[in-house]
Amino acid sequence: MPGLLQWLDEFAGPTLFEFAVSPTLKILALLFLFVLPLISYIVLAERKILGYIQARVGPNRVGPWGLLQPIADVVKLLLKEDVIPVRAVRWAFVLAPCLVVAPAFVIFSVIPFGPPSTGEGAPNWFITDVNTGLLLVIALATIGVYGLIIGGWASNNKFSLMGGLRSAAQMISYEVPQGFSVVVPILLAGTLSLVGIVQAQEGHQLFGLLPRWFVFHPTGIFAFFVYMVAGIAESNRNPFDLPEAETELVAGFHTEYSGMRFALFFLGEYANMIVVSAIAVTLFFGGWLPPFDFLGMAFLPMGLGGVLWFVTKLFAFLFVYIWFRGTFPRYRFDQLMDLGWKWLIPMALILVVLTALLKLLFPS
Amino acid sequence: MSDAIRSANDTVANNTVAHDDSVFGAEEMELNFGPQHPSTHGVLRLKLKVDGERIVDCYPIIGYLHRGTEKLFELNPFFQNVPHTDRMDYVAAATNNLAYVGAVEKLIGLTVPPRASYIRVLLCELQRISSHLLWLATHAIDIGAMTPFFYCFRERELVLDLFEQYCGARLTLNCMRPGGQPFDLPHGWVDTCREFLELFPAKIDEYENLLTNNRIWKKRTIGIGVLSPEVAVEYGITGPMLRASGIDFDLRKAMPYEIYDQVDFEVPLAENGDTYDRYLVRMEEMRQATRILEQCLDQLPEGALMAKKARVLKAPKGGEVYHGIEGPKGEIGFYIVGDGKPIPHRCHVRAPSFINLQSLPELVSNHMIADLVAIIGTTDIVLGEVDR
Repeated sequence: MPGLLQWLDEFAGPTLFEFAVSPTLKILALLFLFVLPLISYIVLAERKILGYIQARVGPNRVGPWGLLQPIADVVKLLLKEDVIPVRAVRWAFVLAPCLVVAPAFVIFSVIPFGPPSTGEGAPNWFITDVNTGLLLVIALATIGVYGLIIGGWASNNKFSLMGGLRSAAQMISYEVPQGFSVVVPILLAGTLSLVGIVQAQEGHQLFGLLPRWFVFHPTGIFAFFVYMVAGIAESNRNPFDLPEAETELVAGFHTEYSGMRFALFFLGEYANMIVVSAIAVTLFFGGWLPPFDFLGMAFLPMGLGGVLWFVTKLFAFLFVYIWFRGTFPRYRFDQLMDLGWKWLIPMALILVVLTALLKLLFPS
Repeated sequence: MSDAIRSANDTVANNTVAHDDSVFGAEEMELNFGPQHPSTHGVLRLKLKVDGERIVDCYPIIGYLHRGTEKLFELNPFFQNVPHTDRMDYVAAATNNLAYVGAVEKLIGLTVPPRASYIRVLLCELQRISSHLLWLATHAIDIGAMTPFFYCFRERELVLDLFEQYCGARLTLNCMRPGGQPFDLPHGWVDTCREFLELFPAKIDEYENLLTNNRIWKKRTIGIGVLSPEVAVEYGITGPMLRASGIDFDLRKAMPYEIYDQVDFEVPLAENGDTYDRYLVRMEEMRQATRILEQCLDQLPEGALMAKKARVLKAPKGGEVYHGIEGPKGEIGFYIVGDGKPIPHRCHVRAPSFINLQSLPELVSNHMIADLVAIIGTTDIVLGEVDR
């Protein structure tokens, strides 16, 4: 492997290596070593946890404790016939799943899974630290919804169309409060860089009893609430899973999708879940920071302690997602818009103003 | 229940959707909802005219499960028709059995021994519980709450086990005969039943914990599909749907059959006639069914199981009879005409699902598609009975 890298370095030249080859390799490594296994095992975890919530066992036939179930699922989906309805708009039908998956994966490139390099041999635990990182995240997250709308339209199925329409409605209702709610941590941190935002949450408050995470800030906690509700709505999860409400719209926008194309929508949904959770951890729960310094696991090499803390927090959020799914009924589409426009947007706006005022009055 | 479970002013005043499409030139879309749709509870087909998600017009189309049951009744001797009744409302076979054998007994003039009567009531109330559990399971999952589905099926399993112990079947029970009961309660059945009754009220609380005060559940059900008492009576709606609209009519109280006049229970009522009230009424009915079952087990007499009767049951010439009982879904009744032969000359079924389903277009007008699903769930139809 090092030989290969060296060869690439020589072949491509230092500039090209630094700006094209190295990030590509990093992205591929992140995707195939972290994100895809994570997604497939979250699906398994979801089925297991839902099973235990619902007084049943969940998958336990493929491999020990069902651990090979994700592999069986992927093989099944790959072997399925790929049906494109005759009267579908072919190019849009093919494009839609990619539009959902690709942006969700790109976002992973700016998420800091761990601290930046602490010295000799320790890597940066992120692919890149863009100074407008948060804007990039919001912009990319918005693109994903187009996949749903286009997929719903292109299928030439009335139920799919309604699913697409619902996701359009959902998008305009929830992008806005989400956008406003992330302004609060931006104001508090004074930077758009995700690494910078985490670094701004270092230290403790209240005589060292509470970490200075933004969720423990008087306005930050409400901003977190708004962000989380909007984030769940954006990732189309229960109780906001309207675009694919299976009892109302059969399967919503992906009614006509089968095989791997369906799997891509599926991947996109779970990737979005992880993205929303990861951003929530980064913005409000101090990213890779431990709650107290003595829990920091500093003895682990290469800043791995921080990565562990990040992943722990991430899993906590993912668990909450699954918990919600086991608990709540589904909102109706107009009620969801009510919630977005009448509650979340005003609340987020007020929070932005309040945070700015607080910042103005108490600059420290 | 003397006072309603929920007072009228509890209603969210305007939970339906206001709409104005004068601004954009909107077009209505025709949408075939079913017969293969996950939440039409079988093979109901609805031809919908929708304006966006708002339902302008709803036209139910039935008959996809038509098996000519009523005609089949004319081909068999009286006692051989009992299995056909199982297959009408296939989640409530015992009440169907009772309605049919009750009608035959009335026609021929048989008196059922008390022990058989008690066993029948036991089976019917268990059936009410199991039918309501299935309703709650599907209704909740229609509205998106996934978990109650599994909880309900867990307890329904216990009821089905009780049926299995009694007659060997779990779904299509075929557990009654004209004149009495075919078998006695097996050894240990009463104890198993008592165990279930001890455990069950806590389980109802568990379902209610998940749903009754859940804000989303309330938002999705309160004020949805309001059935006014007048309309309910005009359509001839019976059962929990009627009682949720505030009309106190329960055949178990109004015209007691079997031994219902000897047990103490209340008929739950509500006032608003919306989806939430129908939910509350059915939940309370399950609790009352538990009460009835307990009393039946306490009072269970010894004695014969079968009335004295001729070896071949023959209906009197020109005899005709209607016998209705309170099924889980409403009044299930059989109208039988005899002509001196051992087979019915004509048999007609008053199927509560069919009659309750008629109100659907009225209930869903001006609601959203998501509400339609909630309303279909709350009418608690079984297509086997609608189409017969």
